[in-house]
Amino acid sequence: MARLDRQPGFVIEESGIRLITDLRRGGPPKLLENLSEAVKHTDGESVSIDLASINRLDSLGASFLAELVVRGHVAGKEVHFTGISEGVQKGLARYYYPAPDVRIPVQKAYRLEAMGQTLLNWWEAAGELLLLISESVYWTVIALWRGDGHRRGAVEAQALTLGVGALPVVAMVSFLVGLIMALQSAEQLRQFGANIFVADLIAISMTREMGPLMTAILLSGRSGSAIAAEIATMQVNEEIDALRTMGLNPIRYVVVPKIWGILLTAPLLAIMAVVIGIGGGLIIAVVSLDLTARAFLTEVASALYLKDLISGFVKSLVFAALIVILAAYFGFRVKGGAEGVGRVTTTSVVVSLFAVIVADAILGLLFYL
Amino acid sequence: MEMTTSTVDGRKTPLASVINLTAAYGDRIVLDDVSLDIVPGEITVILGGSGCGKTTLLKHFIGLLKPVEGRVELFGEDWWSLDEPEREATIQKIGVLFQNGALLGSKSLASNVSIPLEQHTNLPDEVIKRVVRLKLRQVGLQGTEEMLPSELSGGMRKRAALARALALDPPLVFCDEPSAGLDPSTTYNLDRLLLDLRDNLGLTLVVVTHETASIRRIADRIAFLDQGRLIFYAPLKEALTTDVEAVRRFFQIAEASVQ
Repeated sequence: MARLDRQPGFVIEESGIRLITDLRRGGPPKLLENLSEAVKHTDGESVSIDLASINRLDSLGASFLAELVVRGHVAGKEVHFTGISEGVQKGLARYYYPAPDVRIPVQKAYRLEAMGQTLLNWWEAAGELLLLISESVYWTVIALWRGDGHRRGAVEAQALTLGVGALPVVAMVSFLVGLIMALQSAEQLRQFGANIFVADLIAISMTREMGPLMTAILLSGRSGSAIAAEIATMQVNEEIDALRTMGLNPIRYVVVPKIWGILLTAPLLAIMAVVIGIGGGLIIAVVSLDLTARAFLTEVASALYLKDLISGFVKSLVFAALIVILAAYFGFRVKGGAEGVGRVTTTSVVVSLFAVIVADAILGLLFYL
Repeated sequence: MEMTTSTVDGRKTPLASVINLTAAYGDRIVLDDVSLDIVPGEITVILGGSGCGKTTLLKHFIGLLKPVEGRVELFGEDWWSLDEPEREATIQKIGVLFQNGALLGSKSLASNVSIPLEQHTNLPDEVIKRVVRLKLRQVGLQGTEEMLPSELSGGMRKRAALARALALDPPLVFCDEPSAGLDPSTTYNLDRLLLDLRDNLGLTLVVVTHETASIRRIADRIAFLDQGRLIFYAPLKEALTTDVEAVRRFFQIAEASVQ
């Protein structure tokens, strides 16, 4: 049976396989896969491959051929080459390693072992996190009556960069959130003639949820990532080690001012977010729901209870602490150089967003169950 | 065995020692039963090929790594049996120069040098400023107080880091590859500075390096690590004439590459 089959890079003929491509840079894509497939499906135990089209063989090509022989061997076929030119001969002599035993075994971890290792890693990571939390809380509280613990002016500087710097973006986003919420609900409320309840809706959702939550999301993207990257870079540059050898506790010196800076500013940001968000709602109420500003604000005032304000306030504090501590945690855990810094920064943002939302759910349940 | 246990002149007690120190990262043993006393008033150079445990040994001396086995003593006290306040007091008596300087990048040189002073003393700001200026002048960096580390050359950064390490007048200073990545004349100046500290301030220095020119200039004593073991510990003169194979080869190869 004369089987003539042409594939990218080679032709299958009666007498064997004839290569019609150069092997430099590995030939066309998937050449090795297609070739070994072809070898596997040829009749007989011996397959000859015609190399007449090649006149040079570099180390890449020789390794390619060696792997082909090994794959053939695994499939029970003996691969041998014909039409070897002088250049190919030279290449084979220089770079070709006799086949089957050059196959590098891939070490597979046993599944159970891998699972156990993962569990151990998690356990260890959880321990480190607890240690960091306890130490941070300790030094944060201690700082209250032993002010000498950290740098002079450090808390103020951190409050400025971490909190005050976030003002414009938090204001903008919360304004839009209030606006959009009012806009989306306006149509539904109008159908029932319940226009005035847009005030209740905006007031309650901004105070309890959206104010603190949007602030936390923006802070974790903005300040959390900055903290993680800063601490990770300090770790990579041995600056953390240097602090230790100067007798300074890195948590006390680096993390605590950040915790105080963000604890002082995050609630204020959240309050501002709430006020501006309600302002956004007010605009829609006046423009598209025919409400007066006075009626809207009176309704807002009667809709809110102290509990709503407290829950929003507590949430913003908890979120802020979570963001700093998680960012610091990932920053300290950095491994490797620049790439590691990027990796822990990403991880810290993702994890702190997740943690903030989980904490939001838990606190929501605690406050309103 | 005589090679691996160090000897110290009877008169002087060591400022720092490791005793039967074993260190490991995971399963890989990096230091294997190393015992070493640092002789006061000398510059001890820790030598060895890369990956032989030099930096690991240094990190044990300065308390950044906890020994798997064995002890680390600073000023005659077992580092890891000290409680927190004692440890804080002890660590103020050592200075460390890290390989890349490890200056805090967001702070000016003056703030960097003043960190230990602000933390561990009750000096008023004016005095701290004076001390900072003095330390920077000591390392030849006068007038750079307000510069950021990123605005300095590698050699200047190392000198600034040295100024910071010297801030509290520690009697014992550790240097991790002070001349790595520096050109020969900068290295020469830095070496002069280290010698000056030894001769005029009576400091004891422990230096990790593998620059032979530098070693010949500054070393009083050589500690040679080979695959985690301390195979040689003796004055420089003996190191140059020793028949311990690895040490001899190190100096021969280094010498040959200079010529």
